[in-house]
Amino acid sequence: MKRQTLGLAIVALALLALPLVLTQIGTAWVRIANLAILFIFLSLGLNIVVGMAGLLDLGYVAFYAVGAYTWALLASPHFDLHLPFWVILPLGALFACIAGAVLGAPTLRLRGDYLAIVTLGFGEIVRIFMNNLSAPFNITNGPKGITRIDGMRIGDFNFTQTDTLLGIAFTGPAKYYYLLLLLLLGVIVVNLRLQNSRIGRAWVAIREDEIAAKAVGINTRNVKLLAFAMGASFGGIAGGMFAAMQGFVSPESFVLNESIMILAMIVLGGMGNVWGVIAGALLLSFVPEFLRYSVEPLQRAVFGRMLIDPEVLRMLLFGIALVLTMRFRPAGLWPEKRHQREMSQALEGTGA
Amino acid sequence: MDTFLQQLINGLTTGSVYAIVALGYTMVYGVIQLINFAHGEVVMIGAMVAFSVIMALVGAGTGLPPALVVLLGVLAAVPVCMAIGYALERLAYRPLRHAPRLAPLITAIGMSIILQHLALLIWGRDPRAFPQILENASFAIGGAAISTVQIAIILLSLLMMAGLTWFVHRTKFGIAIRATAEDVRVAALMGIDANRVIAATFVIGAALGAVAGVMVGTYYGIAHYTMGFVLGLKAFSAAVLGGIGNLAGAMLGGIVLGLVEALGTGYISEISDLCQWPLVGELLTERCAAEGHVILFGSNYQDVFAFLVLILVLVFRPSGLLGERVAERA
Repeated sequence: MKRQTLGLAIVALALLALPLVLTQIGTAWVRIANLAILFIFLSLGLNIVVGMAGLLDLGYVAFYAVGAYTWALLASPHFDLHLPFWVILPLGALFACIAGAVLGAPTLRLRGDYLAIVTLGFGEIVRIFMNNLSAPFNITNGPKGITRIDGMRIGDFNFTQTDTLLGIAFTGPAKYYYLLLLLLLGVIVVNLRLQNSRIGRAWVAIREDEIAAKAVGINTRNVKLLAFAMGASFGGIAGGMFAAMQGFVSPESFVLNESIMILAMIVLGGMGNVWGVIAGALLLSFVPEFLRYSVEPLQRAVFGRMLIDPEVLRMLLFGIALVLTMRFRPAGLWPEKRHQREMSQALEGTGA
Repeated sequence: MDTFLQQLINGLTTGSVYAIVALGYTMVYGVIQLINFAHGEVVMIGAMVAFSVIMALVGAGTGLPPALVVLLGVLAAVPVCMAIGYALERLAYRPLRHAPRLAPLITAIGMSIILQHLALLIWGRDPRAFPQILENASFAIGGAAISTVQIAIILLSLLMMAGLTWFVHRTKFGIAIRATAEDVRVAALMGIDANRVIAATFVIGAALGAVAGVMVGTYYGIAHYTMGFVLGLKAFSAAVLGGIGNLAGAMLGGIVLGLVEALGTGYISEISDLCQWPLVGELLTERCAAEGHVILFGSNYQDVFAFLVLILVLVFRPSGLLGERVAERA
């Protein structure tokens, strides 16, 4: 127990010191760390839907988009609205939650692949609307996106400028880092608490066998809707943070590939297991960035020139990694214990 | 020009292509109950290979008749795609046949990322213009026009559908495929090699996909490394619409989807012109007078139709138009 506390303290200290170290290397890395936290946040949100309730959602990025556009429209010169964050962020979550319920309600009867394809279609519809709602009334400014979005501001504390505290300079991205870390802590606690709650167990029951779940008195409709709505609201919050952090949103940030990336984080890490999901998200956030910086010099060193565009090579390696991981660890790198048990049983069963 | 008839012809053309691609999804789904997520990319590779062959033949100045050049392009694309289809099954699906259902989906996504970026490496980032060598004459029918390419696409698709139906219902191997779709274990007991049948559905689907890719390329005159995604998505929607796992359903679904999309795109601007609406129109008198139309949804919403139809069908008829059964246990 004591050792565990010590370990936790070390991890916490390291996480707190990280932006200061990264600032020394380059502010770009702090931004990458921020995006990584945002993706962990997103994948934990999707984990509620896919990992716990077993509802395969391929359009999760739509809720992220709803949150981002809520912030962008209510806090930018586009409509000349500059509402404070404590109005917009909950509003973004609420809108995303409503969108989640709207998607969830008609699709409750569907399962498996049918649900996957409908959610995917939903995500595409949202993106097409964002892309085209610039005429005849300019709402989203179309493919050009919305620029000069207000940054985060709590009272007099502004997240876009550098402040000095105790002789240490905290840049804008570093401040966002701490805020995101706080939010992330919140979502981790929610996930962990949900896991063994009544609702969490109901979700798992539905995932394992919907008919049996119904038979033991779970209101599958409401519980499934709740999973959709809850996952969506986390997406909405993440979207709002994204808009504030970047100061710019456009439909291009909310393509299907993003949904797939988030899903891949969950599946790769180990569905349903909070720590596995976090590890998967970290892995898929940082590895491509490292590749981005290492692939080019490596190629020059080995071949003397650029053979393959680093961006392309990065995606190729990503695809290969997905295939290989699933090939050798079909339940993910760090699977949920319950899943792991099932897997070994299933394999024994078919091996006979 | 008659909009209705014209959109009917256009819809029939794209619908035939959707139907051919949808057959690839539905065959695989019928046998192993999994979405071949990378099928769209196979179609794209087919278009790209044919593009290269046609360009090479045109560039070499062989003087061959244009129809033969395109045919050679198809003949080159088909075996390449068949090989890719086989590789897909071996690498992404067969090793994971007893894994959780999400695992093969992820490997398929991985494979489609790989295929897409290989195509990007080989054929570049820019859209490639398909050489317009076929003489594209237009015929007038009842106020609308139909081109030779459209006629060729529709006829060729019908031919392939008829051929596949014959193959599945009349040949021994076709019967093996249907038996496997019915029940893999019982089929295996009857001496059917399930692995061979499953691989064959991937390969046949890929061959059809290759032809569809060339048809899309010649019809729109363009090929791009990302073209497989939307096409695959729509074709899958078509397969679901018709009732996935059902061959006739995929054909019907493809045609219906093509028609809905074409007619929807043809009429949406007219319908959503706010100036014609009773109450809203009066609020916008100034803008209507100045611009003539205030169109809420233009033809740029084309892609929305496919998904809307899909969602509506699944909500009201979850097993699709011709589907008989929805497996209780996914």
